[in-house]
Amino acid sequence: MGAATKTVQLLQGNAACARAALAAGCRFYAGYPISPSSEIAEVMARLLPPAGGKFIQMEDEIASLGAVIGASLAGVKGMTATSGPGFSLMQEHIGYACYAEVPCVIVNVMRGGPSTGLPTLPAQGDVMQARWGTHGDHPAIALCPSTPAEVYELTVLAFNLSERLRTPVILLMDEVVAHMYEKVDMRRLANLPVENRARPTCEPGKHAAFTPGADGVPVMAPFGDGYRYHVTGLAHDDRGYPTQDPKLVAATNRRLQEKTVRNREGLMRYELLDTEDAEVIVFAYGIVAAAARRAVREARKQGIRAGLFRPITLWPFPGEELAAACAGASRVIVAEMNLGQMSGEVQRVIGRSKDVESCLKADGEAISPEEILLAIEGKEVRHV
Amino acid sequence: MERYEVRLSGEGGQGLVLAGAILAEAAGIYGGKFVTYTQSYGPESRGGGCRSDLIISDTEIDYPICAHLDLLLCLTQKSCDTFSSKLKPGGLLIADSKRVTNPPSGPFRVHSVPILQTARQKMGREVAANMVCLGVIAKISGLVTIEALRQAVAARVPKGTEATNLRALEAGYALALEVAPADALCVPAKISA
Repeated sequence: MGAATKTVQLLQGNAACARAALAAGCRFYAGYPISPSSEIAEVMARLLPPAGGKFIQMEDEIASLGAVIGASLAGVKGMTATSGPGFSLMQEHIGYACYAEVPCVIVNVMRGGPSTGLPTLPAQGDVMQARWGTHGDHPAIALCPSTPAEVYELTVLAFNLSERLRTPVILLMDEVVAHMYEKVDMRRLANLPVENRARPTCEPGKHAAFTPGADGVPVMAPFGDGYRYHVTGLAHDDRGYPTQDPKLVAATNRRLQEKTVRNREGLMRYELLDTEDAEVIVFAYGIVAAAARRAVREARKQGIRAGLFRPITLWPFPGEELAAACAGASRVIVAEMNLGQMSGEVQRVIGRSKDVESCLKADGEAISPEEILLAIEGKEVRHV
Repeated sequence: MERYEVRLSGEGGQGLVLAGAILAEAAGIYGGKFVTYTQSYGPESRGGGCRSDLIISDTEIDYPICAHLDLLLCLTQKSCDTFSSKLKPGGLLIADSKRVTNPPSGPFRVHSVPILQTARQKMGREVAANMVCLGVIAKISGLVTIEALRQAVAARVPKGTEATNLRALEAGYALALEVAPADALCVPAKISA
């Protein structure tokens, strides 16, 4: 592509994701193309081989994530991308990667669901699935961009967090952001810091594969480097062998849960717009945040003191930050393209002193600025 | 130029996603405007509704989805029936004369243009219609220059097809000159060419 060499480029969300993955050091992609994520596979298939990487089209999404986990265990950064139906299939392996502490990046470009749903129309119906889709208590990190340039930044961050914390990281896009092109100055995105997982420095016989460091994260030996350990989805001891010792199991499960939260710095991302003096705060993410930004500005022109809280990190939920932003507001509105998945989470955080209001849509159309403005004005929102 | 909203609509297989990307690149990269471009299409690779939405502006674009169209291009009757109500008063509708047999009337300008027929006759295949569209849009709307479009086409289309696509673009530009009365060909005052 001739455009790839220019500093100012027209960048698509999905293409941004693929190119950022490469910049973050990803050298393995396994996937089963599904709209609206297909361009990620398409671009990876073109860019990975010349960069010395591997691209494999797998038989399904279960195998895709399995292959990525295998690559990562061998020391290679890996990614897969899908949409809701494939994300459902990946849940078992997401849990496996959480428990075996295998870094990997999973992109889910959300389309309308449930089931095969609405190919290829936008939705945000998988936000709770990104937190609780796989069974058991487990850590979850999910990042949610709202522009193609941010897709690029957050894809790099997703790899960095997954390497730093040895855990799967989910990039949650909606169809609009994934398919949207915008003008991006590539110089702004060049040379973002890239992190790589720590490797053991001790002799192979002395390495305890799952003994955590001070940050709660064990260092990771790539398979084939002579360090012998066992990898399993069963509860395991510090060498990776199955155990049902309650003390060991409790310690591991707690550590996994806490390792994301205690490494909060650089993880909790959010954006505030005009929240300082706001009476009404809109909580919105992904493409809906773009509509909300416009609605907030329009409301300000009318003299309504409105503000926007945009979570960029959806999981772990930036609850403390949201509670602080909403402390002085009398109303909080959640705008999302689902039937209220984050509304409950927001209500939990701000407490029962005020009822969360909703501006919801789950019909395959994006929420418009006008609809959010009506909600801010306290008028009935009638979706067309 | 304030926010200018363009929708290219028709059905899957007509090449409107690529046409949108090229128009966005022509306006944004070669024309120096702010631009966003989104698409919507169904699961079918042929048939099924398909649209490309562009917003072009001299200032940063806060919201990338079209709501009040300045320019609507329709290559099927269905897309015209669905979207013509979204045209702004004073907007511009460009409809294919073969597939849009019943163009709407309203407080907007309508140009019925033989886009698909030109693609078939001049290029030998209807699949070239997307490039013909771009030539027509450049001439009738003045939104982008033909030179910016030439550069964007050459950069975006598959290697080896540049010459064919450029010829289709020129055919569209020439077609607009033939079918649109001279006073309808305009460069909007706020757009610097």
